[in-house]
Amino acid sequence: MKTADAHLSRPFWMGVLARASSSEVAALLGPLPPYEMIKRPETGTVMVEGRAGGGGRRFNVGEATMTRCVVRLPDGTMGFSYALGRDRKKAEQAAVIDALLQGNGEEKGALLRHIDRLANDQKERRELASRKAAATKVNFFTLVRGDG
Amino acid sequence: MTQSVATHLASGLADPVFGSQTVFRTLLDALSAPGKVFTLADDLAGAPAGLPAAAASILLTLADYETPVWLPEGYDETRRWLAFHSGAPVASSKTNAKFALMDAASPDTHLGAFNLGEDRYPDTSTTVIIVCEALSGGSPQTLRGPGIQTTTTFAPLGVHPSFWDEIAENNALFPLGVDLIFVAGSAIAGLPRTTQIAGA
Amino acid sequence: MYVAVKGGEAAILATHDLVAEERRGDVSVPELSVAQIREQMQLAVARVMNEGSLYDEDLSALALKQAQGDMIEAAFLMRAYRTTLPRFGSSVPLDTSNMAIRRRISATYKDLPGGQVLGPTYDYTHRLFDFALMASGEAPEAQTSADRLDAAMPRVPDILGDEGLMEAELPPEGDPRPFDLTRDPIEFPADRDVRLQTLARGDEGFLLGLAYSVQRGFGGNHPFAGEIRLGEVAVEFVPEELGFAVDLGDITLTECQMVNQFQGSKDQPPQFTRGYGLSFGHAERKAMSMAILDRSLKAREFGEAADYPAQQEEFVLYHADNVEASGFVEHLKLPHYVDFQGELELLRKIRREQEERAATMKEAAE
Repeated sequence: MKTADAHLSRPFWMGVLARASSSEVAALLGPLPPYEMIKRPETGTVMVEGRAGGGGRRFNVGEATMTRCVVRLPDGTMGFSYALGRDRKKAEQAAVIDALLQGNGEEKGALLRHIDRLANDQKERRELASRKAAATKVNFFTLVRGDG
Repeated sequence: MTQSVATHLASGLADPVFGSQTVFRTLLDALSAPGKVFTLADDLAGAPAGLPAAAASILLTLADYETPVWLPEGYDETRRWLAFHSGAPVASSKTNAKFALMDAASPDTHLGAFNLGEDRYPDTSTTVIIVCEALSGGSPQTLRGPGIQTTTTFAPLGVHPSFWDEIAENNALFPLGVDLIFVAGSAIAGLPRTTQIAGA
Repeated sequence: MYVAVKGGEAAILATHDLVAEERRGDVSVPELSVAQIREQMQLAVARVMNEGSLYDEDLSALALKQAQGDMIEAAFLMRAYRTTLPRFGSSVPLDTSNMAIRRRISATYKDLPGGQVLGPTYDYTHRLFDFALMASGEAPEAQTSADRLDAAMPRVPDILGDEGLMEAELPPEGDPRPFDLTRDPIEFPADRDVRLQTLARGDEGFLLGLAYSVQRGFGGNHPFAGEIRLGEVAVEFVPEELGFAVDLGDITLTECQMVNQFQGSKDQPPQFTRGYGLSFGHAERKAMSMAILDRSLKAREFGEAADYPAQQEEFVLYHADNVEASGFVEHLKLPHYVDFQGELELLRKIRREQEERAATMKEAAE
């Protein structure tokens, strides 16, 4: 994800789609292309693991809801989506987008630009949260005592 | 939704929730009435070639990412299909398997190599699905035990002769031992560890 | 002993209706939406996610609404719902060193790389009522710094670890899959993964009280808050069918690393030991209590005498779960008519025998 053409990598766009809201994902697609449902959108859980002390023994923190979906385009390309939460509609649309992004269809360029824009929005939201936190950072100053 | 061709990604149960509940119910019935043949609704669109529909339905119903499945040689397509639909990993050995698939005709079944459970948790043993040619027409075996009023006859076709001795040995291990589910096409019959083979 | 009692159906249905009406309260007051609870009761939402052991802010908010704000009832709803869902797998272990930090403080180092970031906290409020909140319509705005926080925010124990003064936290040989108490029964002595999972879903009040007991001397440990951090961490998952890690999105986490006094033995030089707490959402008190108890429960590993309740794992782990605890305490409300009749009969019989004996003795004496 740190390479120059990171936006071309599949894990990258899958992560962007997972973080996007239902309406953001819906806005990426015009009319849906034909596709076959391989695994209908299904909500389940993922057991979230942590590590003792941050880097030690693995342990189960608790579960989180997640939803997944798998579709196939007429040309055979499989599209997958996995995201936290219970949004089945978003899961289906994201799987279609994942399939389209793997091909070389005419819509690919526009979709990639949209993904970049979404990624940028997400980055800006993180930056803003960080800047708000930075406003609460303590700047210590030392009182000089005695004769110095 | 169109039905797919039989590739390794062929569709799973047409209705994952109710489909698996129906299969589960039938499995309970089959294991409660050993030797009695039940038929599963065949709503699987294209299970992998060579895998009986009943075995496919059972695996989709019972297996998940926490239940390693042991498969004999020659079931590569099943392996991929199962990983895709259930997330079930392949068991590294018979001992690690929660579920297993076996051909009834195999001369080397060796049930004792599977996980037989432990005294405190006998329920952790492997459940073995036995693939037969048919669940009738074979050499008849007389069964007795829990779930059978007096005796019953079970005659699956294409079972290696030595297999019945193995089943008798498995029964002797009670409360440990594996539970068996015989399948052929969409038919199933249960043979839990409690069932005794009373002879031909 | 329980006896099936019939005849309560109509009463039960009526109580469902009554509780629904009570839950709604005065209809001239606008109804709370789940989104309002999710956005404006975030700390309650976090607590229910932790004790319900399920990360889903909307469901947690719904649970709070449905339970009229009863946290334990809400956690119970989360647990019950969870059991209806298939589990797709386990995540890649979270990497909290890669947290998008919103708060990060250390009580052990003033000048640590990345600095002390107070973030959203009630620590410096005066606990005076803000009556302005009685009115509505405010949209407060936080201050914004020109620059974002430092990219490098090392975890404090890792800094001490570099000097070799801190107990190491390394994965055991083979980095085994953790125990899961939702799948297997707990056995004692319990390993660290068992203890941490139990504490993570344990009742905040129970954990807090025990952690307090440790500090007050019933535990023989003096903890320092090495670091507390709050922020978002990506959850990664490797689907069997894809074979590579996919990013599922972010969850909010609170992590606490407690640093404890030296201890040393014949084989080990004196060093700091540690306790670890990790919670869903912003749940600082919970994470801190968990970290203190994680350390006190290491008594066996360090060869310490386990004299106090907080050091006795069977006591702590078996009583930390508030859904189990309330189930057992509250089941006493259910009909025990036959048990009680049995006890009543017994008591009458004893009394009768006693009286008869007394009468016989009296006769004999006369």
